[in-house]
Amino acid sequence: MQLKDFIHHTSEWLKGTGPNSDIVISSRIRLARNLDKIPFPHWANKKRLEEVLNIVSDTVARVNELKKAVVFKLGDLDSLDKEFLVERHLMSHEHAQKANNKAVIIDDEEIVSIMVNEEDHLRIQVMQSGFNLHECWQIINRIDDALNKELVFAFSQDWGYLTACPTNTGTGMRGSVMLHLPALVMTRQINRVLAAIAKLSFTTRGLYGEGTQATGNFFQISNQVSLGHSEIEIIDNINGLIRQIIDHENQAREAMVSHNRAMLEDRVSRSFGILKNAYIISSQETIELLSMVRLGCDLGMIRDIDRRTINELFIITQPAHLQKIEGKKLSSQERDIKRAAIIRERLKI
Amino acid sequence: MLCDICGKNPATVHLTEIIDDQMNELHLCEECARAKSAQMDQQFGLSDLLAGLAEFEKPDLEKEVSTLKCPNCNLTYADFKKIGRLGCGECYLAFKKYLGPLLKRIHGSSRHMGKTPVKILKALKPKVSLEELRLKLQKAIEAEEFEEAAKIRDQIKEFEKKQSRENNATKGDPNAT
Repeated sequence: MQLKDFIHHTSEWLKGTGPNSDIVISSRIRLARNLDKIPFPHWANKKRLEEVLNIVSDTVARVNELKKAVVFKLGDLDSLDKEFLVERHLMSHEHAQKANNKAVIIDDEEIVSIMVNEEDHLRIQVMQSGFNLHECWQIINRIDDALNKELVFAFSQDWGYLTACPTNTGTGMRGSVMLHLPALVMTRQINRVLAAIAKLSFTTRGLYGEGTQATGNFFQISNQVSLGHSEIEIIDNINGLIRQIIDHENQAREAMVSHNRAMLEDRVSRSFGILKNAYIISSQETIELLSMVRLGCDLGMIRDIDRRTINELFIITQPAHLQKIEGKKLSSQERDIKRAAIIRERLKI
Repeated sequence: MLCDICGKNPATVHLTEIIDDQMNELHLCEECARAKSAQMDQQFGLSDLLAGLAEFEKPDLEKEVSTLKCPNCNLTYADFKKIGRLGCGECYLAFKKYLGPLLKRIHGSSRHMGKTPVKILKALKPKVSLEELRLKLQKAIEAEEFEEAAKIRDQIKEFEKKQSRENNATKGDPNAT
């Protein structure tokens, strides 16, 4: 499997299937792990970083659970490749910076990815479509155990898995759920919801992880606390919160349909119309309009297009994806034209 | 000179921003500078916050803390306060006394309740019952199984060594450097 093959492939998390996939785009769990005694990446010299990279690559090659995974050394990738992987949520934006002695290991279905030498030696991530953290946990727990048979992780009985940043100590686990909440945004209830989430020590982020703004009504919610609770307890806590948010979003959708159906149908159809007919379109506008079309799809207002197509469009209209599809560098203006062309093509009925 | 943001009012505040090694100079009016400063406050990094939390310890312990250093990776506690990141897993042991309260402030708990690595789970078993080991040693000697006895003796020694190491670290021994 090569990087260019990914482009013809739908990431697992974009499939638009799984529980509550009308509101929940995807679920993700990541575990932070470090090799015992070896300095954490920010504090390690070049030799130690290379050592970690070699140990982890060798181990992955032996582990049955990761038989189909490919190791991509970031030093071998150009900036477009790296941005492409970030857009697919296979690695973080931070990981793409200063790429020496770093790698990302990706399985063929894009369910599992392991960042090597990011903030911790290993950042293992598992993604699933829909509201499915328990499934993510089962997969990632198996992989963690398999790796742990070969590797000794930094661990203390009192404090659990030891990580570079004390905010990750303990389980080293972060569970995240990506939600699409257009009705809560349109009915201006979202700020109340977000404030409540923050009070319960959960964090909200945008579509592209840490430090990004929530755009197009997408919100990524994750746990902040990683010590003092078991992994299952943390997951159950997130699940409890997410279920309530889903209920609120559903109520807001129902209210809008019953009180304001014409307004809603107008917005959905106009959005669909622009996407089907535009010749120049920015990334920001695309996300906002696709968000409306997805809502129309969920509410049965648009029937001739499926969720998977819409989900895919969110990703393939991103800058690095457009350039990968075109096979060359594109200026911002060229991208806006190419983006519109791809959308028209995909939404042709 | 007019403000770079609004282009209307005269620029009275001059700001140098460095983002990803790129330097950028901004000349702003007072109003836009205030908006910009609110925006910058939001970017106030995690390491600053952590350093702030660790700062709590400062008044009475400054001297002790300033000499504290991880024997495995040479990161000092002062380094940790500056960068907000530990240097290696052993740092947790070296700074145990100060990290306990810090972890509690971050997570509301300082007791791991999650999974234990498969490997450590195995290694822990003999460690859990030192008394049992001593009893086994006694029995082995009585039964004149000296080879077995030697093995158990080594296990006990290893365990005691580990325990005393941990105790030293808990005391935050300034000579640990």
